[in-house]
Amino acid sequence: MIKTASTAIALALTASTAYAATDISWWHGMGGRNGEVINEIAQQFNAAQDQCNLTPVSRGTYEEALSSGIAAFRSGEQPNILQVFDAGAATIIAAKGATVPAEDLITGAGEEFDREAFIAGVRNFYADADGKFIGMPFNSSAPILYYNTEAFEAAGVEPPKTWEEFEEIAPALRDAGYIPMTASQLTWMMVENFKSRNNQQFATNNNGYDGFEGTEILVSDDNQKMMFEKLKAWADEDLYGFYGAGWADNLKPFEEGEAAMWIGSSGSFGGLQQSAEFDFDAVYMPYWDSIEGAGTQSFIGGAALFAMAGKSEEENACTAQFFTFLTSPETQFFYHRSTGYVPITEAAYELAKSEGYYDDQPVAEVGIQQLMLEGGEWSKGYRMGFYPQIRSVMEREFNRIFSDEVSVDEAFSIIEEEGNALLARFAKTAN
Amino acid sequence: MTDTPLSLAEADSTLFTRLRRWWSGETANPVKRVQFDRPLTPWMFLLPQLAVVAIFFYWPSVQAVTSSFYLEDPFGFGATFVGLDNYTDALTSRGYMSTAAFTAFFCVVVTALSLGLGLLLAVKADKVIRGAETYKTLLISVYAIAPPVAGLIGMMFFDMHMGPFTQIAAWFGHDLRVGIDYWDTASALIVISVWKQIPYNFIFFLSGLQSVPVSVREAALIDAKSGWRRFCDITLPLLAPTAFFLLVINITYTMFDTFPIIDVIVKDKPANNPMTLVYKVYLDGFKGNDIGGSSAQSVILMVVVALLTVLQFRFLERRVHYG
Repeated sequence: MIKTASTAIALALTASTAYAATDISWWHGMGGRNGEVINEIAQQFNAAQDQCNLTPVSRGTYEEALSSGIAAFRSGEQPNILQVFDAGAATIIAAKGATVPAEDLITGAGEEFDREAFIAGVRNFYADADGKFIGMPFNSSAPILYYNTEAFEAAGVEPPKTWEEFEEIAPALRDAGYIPMTASQLTWMMVENFKSRNNQQFATNNNGYDGFEGTEILVSDDNQKMMFEKLKAWADEDLYGFYGAGWADNLKPFEEGEAAMWIGSSGSFGGLQQSAEFDFDAVYMPYWDSIEGAGTQSFIGGAALFAMAGKSEEENACTAQFFTFLTSPETQFFYHRSTGYVPITEAAYELAKSEGYYDDQPVAEVGIQQLMLEGGEWSKGYRMGFYPQIRSVMEREFNRIFSDEVSVDEAFSIIEEEGNALLARFAKTAN
Repeated sequence: MTDTPLSLAEADSTLFTRLRRWWSGETANPVKRVQFDRPLTPWMFLLPQLAVVAIFFYWPSVQAVTSSFYLEDPFGFGATFVGLDNYTDALTSRGYMSTAAFTAFFCVVVTALSLGLGLLLAVKADKVIRGAETYKTLLISVYAIAPPVAGLIGMMFFDMHMGPFTQIAAWFGHDLRVGIDYWDTASALIVISVWKQIPYNFIFFLSGLQSVPVSVREAALIDAKSGWRRFCDITLPLLAPTAFFLLVINITYTMFDTFPIIDVIVKDKPANNPMTLVYKVYLDGFKGNDIGGSSAQSVILMVVVALLTVLQFRFLERRVHYG
């Protein structure tokens, strides 16, 4: 009898503790190994405390995650946390009632929040004009230049720091039988981060941070056009290989050892380690020595986490607790090690250094160092609505440039015209 | 096939009169009255189907039409009535018009090629005696492949780094760059879409051919020696109902069902690659989150398809002879 009673009590107790845990959900756009790592982080969080139970759900790609988050919000079924990628940031930040700013959420739950703890490169991208964090930076990356060390030894040259140096060494690589360079996603590499690395203004209204009304994209300036005139000329001289807008199509020649250099994401490091059968290393993404004030840090790429509005106090407290957990040096270092994305806090970077991680994997440090370079007036970030569509316009015109259907001049005036039409359209929706 | 024109003609002419008769208890055809003695019974049987049509077609269509007049922020906080702005924006944009032109071209080419090749193969298969079953099964089996898989298989052939078609083109001095060059991508898209649709046309043409009576064929054999002549004068007119049905199906296929093939070919990054209007609706609505603009585009598409169907039934169907 006593035994049965005690079992019942024990059962009741376990049931009540399980019942007390608040469930929160996290929708993300990561697949493969990166998706598994997200599950591991959620397990670590659930194991570390017992008030909250976090369930991550993959919603396909970045774009699909954003669209399904939006559709869910419209029908009142939104998750607590939604992962939104860099180009979609303006869409969600403009919808003021859709999210609770990460900083308000964390301080509101009585937890500490220190902007200065984050590395300089990530502080502004998902923040408002006053620097308040709206999104919580999560998986962050930078575009870097990977190079095949064997190819460079064969050609007897050194990896370039600037595009001027690239022009000097590229013919030697070509003559050694390599495609000197390929690059994935030219929108990110040669427009967005051309702007950041060379400290060039990208949009009016303080790169779009001061409001959507009247924001115009600035891409038809001489420097931007010069970058593409050069790329086109290099492509014609077999110094650069263009393989369309697809990420993997441009990566493949490098993976197969045909291309000597590839501009890709610092987050590609983990995948490259498995696919490349040669020794490779990486350096910063080049800039133009001829442009005054160039050599600044790059924009943060990747994605951030947004706390969706319309949730109960308890759930928001759990979300806040998870955000704090996520920025702890241990979690950040774990994430950095498992995926190749950069640590987002100074403390996590210090931890990775003190653990000797970069002695084994020097390539893993290149991205974060590039993000910690000196910032310029225009390297903090940009905020443009309907930006994913503007990227599509650019991709279309870039393909046309490289198949000789349009001149660089004309392509950029089309991009500016269509881009501004999209921005004006967005400004109308955002009021 | 013989029942179709009758019921269509009935539905076309007298829907309202029939409703009125039903209401007053009369029936158009007293002979059929024995089947349902209560007027509500047939409607009960129809209800599930009608519910599906209402929920998945009428309701979304009404939503699309309404939101096409609004400019809305993605999260649905506010919608501004903009009248026909979304329509004029779409119809005056360079991207939309070139997509529309490509869709029309794509529709004509894919329909013509897949109908033509399907018919050719069916006529030839009809004559095969030894190994006919194997031959037919091989031709039909492609139909079992899902469109995205067909796209993937096609792209293995057209891959710019290692695709065999790319290598074959290189022997002839053409640098085939699917994904970069507009017309190279268009060719790949057409080849894959046609390949995927041929088996469907083949099945229908073959069964159509097999229903041509042997006596008619034999009689024709006496009248005309030339096989081509017999084909034009006897076989083709008898195949007309099948061909008309297939024409409607093939146009719908190229306009809507080629979506997964395009999605696989452009790999998430359309750039300057050709695409159909449906794909553009998806891009602007689901990836660009421009709900008003995308709705306007889908309404335009709906109108075009409705017009096309009316035209087909008005002008083409009259020329079709149903046995």
